[in-house]
Amino acid sequence: MSDFVSEFWNFYVTGIVLVSVIGCAVFLWSQGSANFTVGKTTGHAWDETLEEYNNPLPKWWSWMFYITVLFALGYLALYPGLGSFKGWLGWTSAGQHKAEVDKANAALKPMYDKYLGMDVKALAGDKQAMETGKRLFLTYCLQCHGADARGSKGFPNLTDGDWLYGGEPAKIEETISNGRMGVMPPHAHLGADTIKNLANYVRSLSGLPADPARAAKGREAFMTVGCTGCHGMDAKGMQAIGSPNLTDGTWLYGSSEATITETITNGRQNKMPVWKDFLGEGKVHLLAAYVYGLSHPQ
Amino acid sequence: MFNQEKIEKNVGLLIVLTLLVVSVGGLLEIVPLFFQKSTTQAVEGVTPYDPVRLAGRDVYLREGCYNCHSQMIRPFRAETERYGHYSVAGEFVYDHPFQWGSKRTGPDLQRVGGRYSDEWQRIHLRNPRDVVPESNMPAFSWLEKTAAAQTVGKDIEAKMLALRKVGVPYTDAEIAGARQALEGKTEEDVLVAYLQGLGTALSNFK
Repeated sequence: MSDFVSEFWNFYVTGIVLVSVIGCAVFLWSQGSANFTVGKTTGHAWDETLEEYNNPLPKWWSWMFYITVLFALGYLALYPGLGSFKGWLGWTSAGQHKAEVDKANAALKPMYDKYLGMDVKALAGDKQAMETGKRLFLTYCLQCHGADARGSKGFPNLTDGDWLYGGEPAKIEETISNGRMGVMPPHAHLGADTIKNLANYVRSLSGLPADPARAAKGREAFMTVGCTGCHGMDAKGMQAIGSPNLTDGTWLYGSSEATITETITNGRQNKMPVWKDFLGEGKVHLLAAYVYGLSHPQ
Repeated sequence: MFNQEKIEKNVGLLIVLTLLVVSVGGLLEIVPLFFQKSTTQAVEGVTPYDPVRLAGRDVYLREGCYNCHSQMIRPFRAETERYGHYSVAGEFVYDHPFQWGSKRTGPDLQRVGGRYSDEWQRIHLRNPRDVVPESNMPAFSWLEKTAAAQTVGKDIEAKMLALRKVGVPYTDAEIAGARQALEGKTEEDVLVAYLQGLGTALSNFK
């Protein structure tokens, strides 16, 4: 089926192209030595003596032009150019892209097959694999986790051995494959005073300076207003749902009282995208090994 | 029929013949594009910009994002590996004008929709170096402080009517509800909405 909305355009394009190309050849022939003689002028004189030769075109130049005409006809026979005619080679830019991708995939398949056959811990010790892993990391992961994988405010540091969802190889692979949605719900309804108490309690958990009276009240609130549902009675979080450990001194958004207050008041939303469809199994596995290796130097 | 003398001495004829010669390229390269399905019909999943994304698109234009970012992934493996599916003509039928760009100081944005979280986009717009220390993109920190309805959304109905004239199928109800859709949205909100909708029709990103 033609891409044109009506067959007219097929003939329109084919017609103009062929008439132009063949017209060039005919015109060229009409200007050749058969119709002109060397040394004759156009017949008019300007400013009494200014005359103009009307010599035939140089032969070498004419032949070059004839060759371009032949090239054009050959090109139009092989490649798409004449309306809906697809050309004898059947070339398309999409087809060329596919061939390029298939070729690269076929060349890389043995490598990825080998890596997929190795477990993440072993792969993390493979120097060559980690070189590739680093390239992948710098292409796909750097935007959030940084070139040094140390993250930034709101985006986890991957080098510190502290894990929201677990640092086991399988967990890392799962995180990259399926993504993660981290949600801390907003708690503005608790009121500014309770939130300040909670912030002081949370700071005291990791030994940061806090107002002891407020921290004590904060502890009470922590146990009763719902914090324990996600962070646990011991405030150590739950990796199954990605709720952070509040006692380990690692802070995703910051440890200042103002930041913690903001976190409790407005909540936080964090998203790790789903990579499996984009990257495919092999690259995910290799990246999991690279990330694992960041906090497990060999 | 035409000899040199005749054409040279007859300016009218010279003009007509010159125009005929120079228009061949345009007649072949440009005119048929208006009568091809692949260039005039939206690919599945591409919908007209809703008012919020349309306003966001105007922020994109106003801030000159196209000076450094293209929205055109060429069909080369080196590009599709990094960005995703190459661009096709049917993705741009509601873009007037399209934002293909011609220079990549920053990365291509054709498939940026859904690739990062809204939160990442906001942090990155306010100060790109907060997430990518090597970045040389300017900070657009004022976008979160300006109400979209006061600037890019001021004449949103007129814009949608104009776009309808050039073939974007907005309904009267959509145009009537446009102002309300922008209520309470900052320029940053609408720009993020625009970015998050980019290229999702052919994306393998969720």
